[in-house]
Amino acid sequence: MSTIVAPAEVEVEQPVSDEDFEYERPWVVIVWNDPINLMSYVTLVFQKLFGFSLAKATKLMLQVHNEGKAVVSSGNREKSELDVARLHAHGLWATMQQD
Amino acid sequence: MFSRLQFQRKGDKIRLRLDVHERILLSDLLDELERLLDDPNDPELRRLFPPAYSEPTDDEQYRSLVRDQLVSGRAKALETVRTTLGNEELEPDEADQWLRALNDMRLVLGTRWDVTEQLDYGELDPNEPRGRELAVYGYLSWLQEQLVEALQPS
Repeated sequence: MSTIVAPAEVEVEQPVSDEDFEYERPWVVIVWNDPINLMSYVTLVFQKLFGFSLAKATKLMLQVHNEGKAVVSSGNREKSELDVARLHAHGLWATMQQD
Repeated sequence: MFSRLQFQRKGDKIRLRLDVHERILLSDLLDELERLLDDPNDPELRRLFPPAYSEPTDDEQYRSLVRDQLVSGRAKALETVRTTLGNEELEPDEADQWLRALNDMRLVLGTRWDVTEQLDYGELDPNEPRGRELAVYGYLSWLQEQLVEALQPS
């Protein structure tokens, strides 16, 4: 999906440790389907919080509805936590995990 | 009650038309939700404060960071609805607070009665608390649907 930012390629001379690699991996924010939130409301929240067009917000909402979940944003941990908190403030069921 | 629209776009504002029964009903719901928010750990509020992480330690950290802000944001939305309940017009920011408050009311009622996507209003028994509260849930859904449409960026 176009919203997923690929992990940045880092040129290294020495092999990185597992821990360093872990640190570089981006986080993704996932919105899960639920039976309460209205489809139209979820679409509006995506438009408002992420500045998506109506078409893109509708496509993501339908992905949540039909497939049970969708990735709505990605980035570092701080940005992802902020996105999750904004989604929680609007009553959406959002979680975050490392890609 | 459903023969007219309660929310309609009017320029950049929203025209609000609620009759006295609707205002009383919403006011009661505001009271109830405000009471519940006194204890954010109440299981009926679990959809208002879902986990961010699957890892409990990470999630606790997240909660300690954002919980107060989420609670005060919700309380502010309820307060805005309360103070504008009798208004004929809502400013864009007020309408946004209304949208969130209506959604929170639906989340609490929907969680309490374990709503599914296949909810059949024809099966509800008005003599049972579940039937009554889910009828209110349906009414709130109707209000929210209208408000979403009125707020849709043109």
